[in-house]
Amino acid sequence: MQKQLVRCNINGKDVETYVDVRASLTDMLRNDYRLTSVKKGCEVGECGACTVLIDGEAFNSCIYMAVWADGKHIRTLESLTGPNGELSDIQQAFVDEAAVQCGFCTPGFIMTSVEILESGKEYTRDELKKLLSGHLCRCTGYENILNAVEKTMKKRLGKE
Amino acid sequence: MYDISALYEATSVQNAIELMQAHPEAALIAGGSDVLIKIREGKLAGVELISIFKLDELRGVSIDDDGALRILPLTSFSHITQHPLIQKYYPVLGEAVDQVGGPQLRNIGTIGGNICNGVTSADSGATQVAYDAMLEITGPNGKRTLSIHEFYKGPGRVALEPAELLTAILIPKESYENCFGYYTKYAMRNALDIATIGCSVNVVLSPDKKTLERVRIGYGVAGPVPLRAWTAEEALQGKPLTEETLDFAAKAVQDDVHPRTSWRASEGFRRQIIGETAKRGLRASIERAGGAI
Repeated sequence: MQKQLVRCNINGKDVETYVDVRASLTDMLRNDYRLTSVKKGCEVGECGACTVLIDGEAFNSCIYMAVWADGKHIRTLESLTGPNGELSDIQQAFVDEAAVQCGFCTPGFIMTSVEILESGKEYTRDELKKLLSGHLCRCTGYENILNAVEKTMKKRLGKE
Repeated sequence: MYDISALYEATSVQNAIELMQAHPEAALIAGGSDVLIKIREGKLAGVELISIFKLDELRGVSIDDDGALRILPLTSFSHITQHPLIQKYYPVLGEAVDQVGGPQLRNIGTIGGNICNGVTSADSGATQVAYDAMLEITGPNGKRTLSIHEFYKGPGRVALEPAELLTAILIPKESYENCFGYYTKYAMRNALDIATIGCSVNVVLSPDKKTLERVRIGYGVAGPVPLRAWTAEEALQGKPLTEETLDFAAKAVQDDVHPRTSWRASEGFRRQIIGETAKRGLRASIERAGGAI
């Protein structure tokens, strides 16, 4: 099958590889770069489990062609942990608030949370609900996830 | 892996036209949030794709010399909502596309794709017909411009000839000047859902803000393609800003629409929503225009 060179920056590192043009970005990140935080959920852009940041915006990598990643900056959950596996504040908040049960939706939720937090804005609870509405979680009932994001947002803004 | 047999990435609009001529069976892909999902469902299995996603020349919003708002078709929904010119002159479009799918989808879905797929439930559709959008189409014989009312041909069918693509959406100055609008998406969920009814109302008030100088009402899912409530609009012209006028609007739009029963909702329920959204949209538009009811 047709292969194409894709040069991009993944989690701060310039990388390149030849990918099958049929691949989704999820396929490329998981199979070529072993970034398995990027989950294969619905694969039609509904569940948000495959969410990654591309040039700072959250995208469902399952409905994004791998070849489109050429020239882009991509961030996955793996970029958040420190060199010795230390958790970032938002990851720790998910742990502390029991916002994780089975964990399958968690990497996606956290990447959208990173986009929200890095905007530097303060959002109301309702606004956070809307901003996180592109993710489905079948375990938690969402409340603890909202708590984790809200608390981290307030901490980063020095309001707690 | 997507079930496709080939991918051709266009390097320019001209190149996209050449690729479409060379591969007449191929499907055009912009953001991919319709096409890639159809492929996953097996509907387009084995298709060849021509991607225009990388054509940054087709992204952005600007104003032409004649005052028309020029919206380039690959602009994502979220960029439409955030764009200062949209917020200033055409905020109702930004509000409408802020209700498409979910946040990640709004980062990939494009305003052009929302029209070119010919879908009646497209959240931008009702608002585009309600502002008499003009569409600039580029093909092997150059550019042509046609009204969005002539563009929609039927469910999933639009007036794009072979090897043609949409290269701009133009909102005439007379459509947005002194005009205030409101879009209602009625759906079963607050996010990640398709409209049961979409209703986009906009008004121009008389200088004394006592009567309706011009009313436009666009609908999605009230027929096979986005449509306008032409007779109701005419009947509303010159009416005073009263509760009676709002009630009249809810009834008047019924003659302009032909909703049907689907698994999402019955025709009767849709008619109820069609009337109610006209009324509420008209009230909100009047209030935004500085009028009092």
